[in-house]
Amino acid sequence: MSKQQPAQFINPETPGYVGFANLPNQVHRKSVKKGFEFTLMVVGESGLGKSTLINSLFLTDLYPERVIPGAAASNTREPLILQKIERTVQIEASTVEIEERGVKLRLTVVDTPGYGDAINCRDCFKTIISYIDEQFERYLHDESGLNRRHIVDNRVHCCFYFISPFGHGLKPLDVAFMKAIHNKVNIVPVIAKADTLTLKERERLKKRILDEIEEHNIKIYHLPDAESDEDEDFKEQTRLLKASIPFSVVGSNQLIEAKGKKVRGRLYPWGVVEVENPEHNDFLKLRTMLITHMQDLQEVTQDLHYENFRSERLKRGGRKVENEDMNKDQILLEKEAELRRMQEMIARMQAQMQMQMQGGDSDGGALGHHV
Amino acid sequence: MEPLRHSPSPCSSSRPSSPSTPPCEMPGPVGVEAVLEQLKIKAMKMGFEFNIMVVGQSGLGKSTMLNTLFKSKVWKSNLPGLKVPIPQTLQLHSVTHVIEEKGVKLKLTVIDTPGFGDQINNDKCWDPILGYINEQYERYLQEEILITRQRHIPDTRVHCCVYFVPPTGHCLRPLDIEFLQRLCQTVNVVPVIARADSLTMEERETFRRRIQQNLRTHCIEVYPQKCLDEDINDKILNSKLRERIPFAVVGADQQHLVNGRCVLGRKTKWGVIEVENMAHCEFPLLRDLLIRSHLQDLKDITHNVHYENYRIIRLNESHLLPRGPGWVNLAPASPGQLTSHQPFKICREAHKDSEKEF
Repeated sequence: MSKQQPAQFINPETPGYVGFANLPNQVHRKSVKKGFEFTLMVVGESGLGKSTLINSLFLTDLYPERVIPGAAASNTREPLILQKIERTVQIEASTVEIEERGVKLRLTVVDTPGYGDAINCRDCFKTIISYIDEQFERYLHDESGLNRRHIVDNRVHCCFYFISPFGHGLKPLDVAFMKAIHNKVNIVPVIAKADTLTLKERERLKKRILDEIEEHNIKIYHLPDAESDEDEDFKEQTRLLKASIPFSVVGSNQLIEAKGKKVRGRLYPWGVVEVENPEHNDFLKLRTMLITHMQDLQEVTQDLHYENFRSERLKRGGRKVENEDMNKDQILLEKEAELRRMQEMIARMQAQMQMQMQGGDSDGGALGHHV
Repeated sequence: MEPLRHSPSPCSSSRPSSPSTPPCEMPGPVGVEAVLEQLKIKAMKMGFEFNIMVVGQSGLGKSTMLNTLFKSKVWKSNLPGLKVPIPQTLQLHSVTHVIEEKGVKLKLTVIDTPGFGDQINNDKCWDPILGYINEQYERYLQEEILITRQRHIPDTRVHCCVYFVPPTGHCLRPLDIEFLQRLCQTVNVVPVIARADSLTMEERETFRRRIQQNLRTHCIEVYPQKCLDEDINDKILNSKLRERIPFAVVGADQQHLVNGRCVLGRKTKWGVIEVENMAHCEFPLLRDLLIRSHLQDLKDITHNVHYENYRIIRLNESHLLPRGPGWVNLAPASPGQLTSHQPFKICREAHKDSEKEF
């Protein structure tokens, strides 16, 4: 279609053909030029293979020089200074630009080392929630500003929550965390290190997790159903993806020789786990989901989570959260105290009047009641 | 001159000994060796007791490991149902079984600790465990100081605590370090890397080295303790063990067919993990340590070292010298000292008994 009409509007193919069917192509071209931005947050206890999975997903090495926390001091002779009970969560954002066939993707991965590591994890998600809110705040501020041409979108579009395969389902910390952020970000639960589970165990665990998510009313990201006009393959793919949530994945960037060809996998004495083998794990499904639904994730973040945040902030009058609440409470308390004082004063005056009434004339009584 | 005939060594007997077999057919000049045989017969008559405690987060395969160790269903794993919330406080469950092999009876008590490390706030989650262990010592102590003692004091003291470290691949977590520091002073602790089938061989070695480093940095002495090696043979044997601790174990209670043999293992799409194959995991080492070679040693150290330490502390606290023929009146242990939430009934009864005497 596009071959025929470089600037000629005179010969339409069919009568009544206007030509705005070309719009998607224009949008496509513009967005390709502009590039995509995507922010992915990974949350989970340390040792669940988060960094390995991210490196495998995007075929990059986002964490080349990793210093495993806690082991650093082993090289020195000084005693390990561990924040024993309260290890704080840190937020580390790393950005990488990936280009494929002319399409640029500016990917930001937000890592949360220290999550779930401390003995007392009560406060470990406060840092994460304030980070998410901060990004929303910044976007809101930019959007309401004067120069709106180059707004950088750092809002978290998707959060991969890593569930440990060793438990019997969700832990209390998992439930608490997901409930705290399910209204702020799209949660995609992922079962990490899936090569420790047999097929039956995997099915059982997935079912447990889904049941527990439903029981606690946690809103995870739901893949949109395929439209009725999409082709059958796509519909089938979407159906398969939806049936596999939560995805159980294995990550690896090492090339292993298996059955004559080189595959990415993990080499064990009893066999090789191939990362890209759909029979071994759901890595391919996760990657497909992320890529085909990247735009949808961004849209849901914009239309649902961001709008929720924005309406709440604007309702509060645009002031900062904690101060606002405190001010309101303070004002209420002060008003209540004042009311009480006034009531006491009235009661006292009434009592005085009554005494005067008893001691004095009878017509003074009528005055006493209306204060 | 004929060389002295040596009596057939009783220890190498593979025949099942029964009381009717004469102790030694051909005694040496004095016959001291006969004592070994008598001891053995007596021990077999009495049977052995072994108390093992497993500690670790849920899902690390503790129950499966126990079943694999003793090759019988000593523990039915208790999956918390959907409607049953994870217990808020740590509760200890203990189950006793008597298992028999070749005429040797073993009274095995398994103590499980569901809920350890599962909460959001795990501070002081080791207190109930410490309390339980000390309570068993106290119970034994009270039996020991009675005037009329039982012939054979029932031994409920924890002989070994197997601590399951989750296979993160990085290093010990703060919770692990806190727990190990406290418990290694009270009981024999054997740390193991649980669910080791999620780590490749290199990852296992790196993890093991890091854990050993962590243990050294924090001065945690796990079993077999270096300071308790008695002679050079012990040292050599135990050094070899210490290099491999913590063992990377995998538990399985299902049998599969591999190359025509029936093996215990886990079957996955990419292979079968054989539990008893040293190339796959170190379960045989753990089994040998706990049962085949060091079971008696675990009990001895519990009795001679940990229990004695406890006893010394308690005696010093009660500030009383023994009066009469070795009779000691111990003040009941205060709840704070045992860090246990359970009311202390046993001790008060013993106290009442001693009061009645007067």
